[in-house]
Amino acid sequence: MTAVPQAARSPLLSVRGLVKHFPIKKGLFGKPGGVVRAVDGVSFDVMPGETLGLVGESGCGKSTTGRMILRLIEPTAGSVEFDGIDLVTLDARAMRGLRRRIQVIFQDPFSSLNPRMTVGAIVREGLTIHKIAEGAAADARVRQLLEEVGLRAEYMSRYPHEFSGGQRQRIGIARALAVEPQFIVCDEPVSALDVSVQAQVINLMQDLQRDRGLAYLFIAHDLSVVEHIADRVAVMYLGKIVELGAAADLYREPLMPYTQALLSAVPVADPSVKKTRVMLQGDVPSPANPPSGCVFHPRCQHPARDAACAELVPPLEEKAPGHWAACIKQPPTEVDWKVQQAAGGTKPPTRYLPVLATST
Amino acid sequence: MAQPTTTEPLLSVRDLRTYFYTEAGVARAVDGVSFDIARGETVGLVGESGCGKSVTAFSLIRLVSPPGRIEAGSRIVFDGREITSLSEKELRAVRGAQIGFVFQEPMTALNPVFTVGDQIAEVVRVHHAGSRREAWDRAVTMLETVGIPSPEQRAREYPHQLSGGMRQRVVIAMALVMNPALVIADEPTTALDVTIQAQILELLGDLQQRFGTSILLITHDLGVVAETASRVIVMYGGEIVEEAPVGELFARAHHPYTEGLLNAMPQVGQERERLATIPGSVPAPTAWPSGCRFHDRCPYAWERCSAEHPPLYQIGESHASRCHLASEPARRAQKHEPMAVA
Repeated sequence: MTAVPQAARSPLLSVRGLVKHFPIKKGLFGKPGGVVRAVDGVSFDVMPGETLGLVGESGCGKSTTGRMILRLIEPTAGSVEFDGIDLVTLDARAMRGLRRRIQVIFQDPFSSLNPRMTVGAIVREGLTIHKIAEGAAADARVRQLLEEVGLRAEYMSRYPHEFSGGQRQRIGIARALAVEPQFIVCDEPVSALDVSVQAQVINLMQDLQRDRGLAYLFIAHDLSVVEHIADRVAVMYLGKIVELGAAADLYREPLMPYTQALLSAVPVADPSVKKTRVMLQGDVPSPANPPSGCVFHPRCQHPARDAACAELVPPLEEKAPGHWAACIKQPPTEVDWKVQQAAGGTKPPTRYLPVLATST
Repeated sequence: MAQPTTTEPLLSVRDLRTYFYTEAGVARAVDGVSFDIARGETVGLVGESGCGKSVTAFSLIRLVSPPGRIEAGSRIVFDGREITSLSEKELRAVRGAQIGFVFQEPMTALNPVFTVGDQIAEVVRVHHAGSRREAWDRAVTMLETVGIPSPEQRAREYPHQLSGGMRQRVVIAMALVMNPALVIADEPTTALDVTIQAQILELLGDLQQRFGTSILLITHDLGVVAETASRVIVMYGGEIVEEAPVGELFARAHHPYTEGLLNAMPQVGQERERLATIPGSVPAPTAWPSGCRFHDRCPYAWERCSAEHPPLYQIGESHASRCHLASEPARRAQKHEPMAVA
């Protein structure tokens, strides 16, 4: 990353209060019967050239968030500003133009490439649509892109089924890069790949970022991959961001009890490490009927958890410089102890950091 | 490799070969695999897609259908009985009763039109281990054992009413209801979220302690292996390339493929160095490379590696590696770019 101080830089992408509620249809005529709060008020920034990791378990809303930024799903509320332009209110035509600057890499390299198009045609499509290059110039560009992602230029005339998973993901990356974007939403880009191939693709993505100053929103469930690639990390649970901070801080000192449990659940490939595991009980509640107050309170292991947690919605607040967490029991908090007591609180906030791993 | 032990191993596999006769040629998916599993032991079987680990698992209970075939000369001795020569009827008595199976995707392992209680009870009924009533009671008890709250009520529910983690608990209950001596778990947590994975792995460990079950855990996740297995078998190209106790394998991996896998894996809390990669990809089982099957992706390979197929060298007590470096260790200093490119 560049050494420009945070304040002097303006974010490339700015998401504020993003909400997506999916109506639940009931009965024969599809009468609306409540909503699934897939994403429930999410705000974050992505700086130019930065990788923001967005992590969480199935159904937490991380992919829906990514899709709303791309406007593949229309948000229920909130704003998405890209380089000062509000994407949510943009008409379809203007949005098409902007897609040149915002690209996407999908999880499944088997279903995200048209099986009836050659690799050359797939990579070339964006060049044609955005009138970047035509004819021989376009061909030359496609060749160059394939080589840049580590594929042979003569693969142009082949079809996706002739390639392995890792190679297909490289094709997907070449397609995204073709239009020279500034920002790429990467939705689980390496989770369908084997470990050895995954490492190749991660290295490639990092090289491209360094060479082109790309910004990534890196959506993934694999916490080790995200720690490796992300500058900052946002943790989602039941449609909300519950913690956000520099990757190094968040992994070293997770503050939100959910993040603590999530990180402690990751198996360590070192039998000599003895872990203190925070074992979560039960499953994630339904986003159609999320718990009151803090959405994590029914499963929370914080020793100061009390009735106030079920009453008060915890704000995502800055607990340490650049390190944000949503927990009224983790000091410092702007939710005053008197307010907590009024909400039935009996245990004052105390700093709680369970030991995660110790080497023997 | 197999150490002569004072007690007979529960499972003893010798020269297992499972080939698939496809239009593209003979796919030698499992090509001469030998290993033992002791009673009460957890063995991790690891490798990437296409290395033959799942076919090995399915072969153990002869769940291989045409064009696949377990080749003559393959031996699978389970609890003193030769699995390869059992009749279909005898085999059915072994499957589910003495060897339980936990599959990756619980939704496909469960029948959507029967309640989970009925499905577990069915296992008991098939093995003539009790009346309808007794079978149901055992199902409910088993659901409780695997940590499903209000088991009486849950037993009357259908798979779609349960979460992914709950379903996998049901599959484990089905695999364990007959108290089998061996459970084969094929990627049991791969489809699950990490916090649910932690719950399921803990459950498997607890159940093993309680019932003394042996577990063959098949996974691509070295983290899962490190935390659950006592011994690890690494497969590549249809063969075992390394075998060692878990601590030994992670501390002193010998085979370049194992070494590559460990280095390629980003780890929580690790320095953010550039990830080491294994160039190229797993070759097709219809055309394994000559000599060592890993030679074109190996950073140590020399002439001998493409010419001579390495045996499984014994390199320490209960540590074996299928790599010529075992006989020419000085070559390890001569690291170079592998032949394969990405």
